[in-house]
Amino acid sequence: MELAMWKPVLLIALLGAFAAPAFADEEAERQAHWAELREAVFGDRAAVDGAGLIALEAPKRALDAALMPITITTRPDAKVTGLTVVIDDNPGPVAAQVQFGPRGDPSRLALRVRVNQYTYMHAVAETADGALHEIAQFVKAAGGCSAPVGAGEAESLAQIGRMKLRLGAVAAGKPVDAQLLIRHPNFNGMQMDQLTRLYTPMRYVQQVEITLNGERVLSMENDISLATDPAIGFRFVPRAEDLPGKLKVTVRDSDAAVFEQSFDVPASGS
Amino acid sequence: MLHRRHVVLGALCACCLPPRRARASFTLREIAPGIHVRRGVDEEASPGNADAIANAGFIIGRDSVLVFDPGGSLADGAALRTMVRERTALPLRHVVLNHVHPDHIFGAGAFLEDAPAFIGHARLAPALAARGAYYQQRLEEVLGPGAAGPVVMPTQEIAAAGEIDLGGRVLRFTAHGSAHTDNDLSLLDTATGTLIASDLVFVGRVPALDGSVTGWLSELEALKGNGAARVVPGHGPEQVAWPAGAADLTRYLGALVQETRQAIRDNIGIDAAVEQVAAGERGRWALFEDYHGRNVTQAYKELEWE
Repeated sequence: MELAMWKPVLLIALLGAFAAPAFADEEAERQAHWAELREAVFGDRAAVDGAGLIALEAPKRALDAALMPITITTRPDAKVTGLTVVIDDNPGPVAAQVQFGPRGDPSRLALRVRVNQYTYMHAVAETADGALHEIAQFVKAAGGCSAPVGAGEAESLAQIGRMKLRLGAVAAGKPVDAQLLIRHPNFNGMQMDQLTRLYTPMRYVQQVEITLNGERVLSMENDISLATDPAIGFRFVPRAEDLPGKLKVTVRDSDAAVFEQSFDVPASGS
Repeated sequence: MLHRRHVVLGALCACCLPPRRARASFTLREIAPGIHVRRGVDEEASPGNADAIANAGFIIGRDSVLVFDPGGSLADGAALRTMVRERTALPLRHVVLNHVHPDHIFGAGAFLEDAPAFIGHARLAPALAARGAYYQQRLEEVLGPGAAGPVVMPTQEIAAAGEIDLGGRVLRFTAHGSAHTDNDLSLLDTATGTLIASDLVFVGRVPALDGSVTGWLSELEALKGNGAARVVPGHGPEQVAWPAGAADLTRYLGALVQETRQAIRDNIGIDAAVEQVAAGERGRWALFEDYHGRNVTQAYKELEWE
């Protein structure tokens, strides 16, 4: 898949044409909608049932539709090179497209997303042989995209670009669990201010690059479905010569703002 | 579309109970001289209860009447207005919009004909601008078209503190820092030592967090020293002793803070934290399963940035 060719805004416009009909309750319609989306994202490439290779964990019913934690796990020996997360009936369905680099580990990816209505959520893993493996989960949540902004978003805007990184145990040659937090309101353009009758302009995190000592861990492209203050749970595998090292995060948003921060990775421990 | 009902509306989650036939009993109690409270039912909004799920009430002074927490729907507000008129013919000069949540504000429309001052926290107007129409739409999906009532904006704002005199009866207002929401307004009736706390105090019904959990605890601590003898909580009995009546709430919020912080320290994700944080509170609150997980999510989101 040619990530460099991928233009999020264009894709949103393109996929808008496929926006789910108001009564897309029929299973057949949902499946047809997914077939359209898959073609829009992957072209005519076939996808196989990913059960056993990839798993998608999401609450079946959302506690908070504006912040639904989801976790994608892949079999460690599966040679996964990329992951795509699609929330079928969201206004911008492609929540994340992730490419893993040499220091990355695709065995676990955790995100927080907005969900606008009852929908299927799909995760697609691309393996080194070019095959696509898909898995689906139906989630019951509604209103997460147009949910009004709260007090928290003001704080996110005030602190935009601030980052935090939490690391699990560090040992050379072993996957390290990492949790990255990015302060960003991730305005999706769907929240209206009734006083001004204006929608809060769209401004969202579009790309996240993570490297370890200059070598790619992962690169992620997003559209408007990530929750406020995007959180990314990921794994990376440091070699002995990488430690101690620097994990560098570069975030670009839809206003072309760039936020960078480097974090120390200790030689060992947690 | 049925599925649209499964939406959490801040304090109002419309997803859980079937509509009830029995209408909520709009009975009123005079909990201190001149202070009348209509207890809200510990349910979710439904056509049967007209969203009268929060406590509402009014205070009669020598010269005028003030309504606080004016009800959760136009019908609820109208019922409250009738109860005011059954007790006094004094002019209805003030309606307090204690915070942005639908179960506390949509009754205000029933008082428009009295042309009172609508009093709110300085941050209420922007909160209503962002959420009012959304709350109205969601509530009407439960109660029926037109049943919510208009979004009434405040006409008198309180940024920090203020006083209103009903005639020999001075009410002291406090505009709080972010706590239950970011626009909580409480009032203290100095004549009787009664705190009208709205949702800064929950009794029996599980609290709903939509502001700052650490802020809520500190605002509660500050309120505990205000010398009041009783409080009218936003949800629960018409009155409880103050500050003793806030003990359960303080314990709940304390557990939420401590155990969420511990989960973050232990690298427990937000999804797993929802299952285990403050689980000891289960069984101690009405509607626990409907709100607690969301409270943990809110607390986690706040505390992970510490």
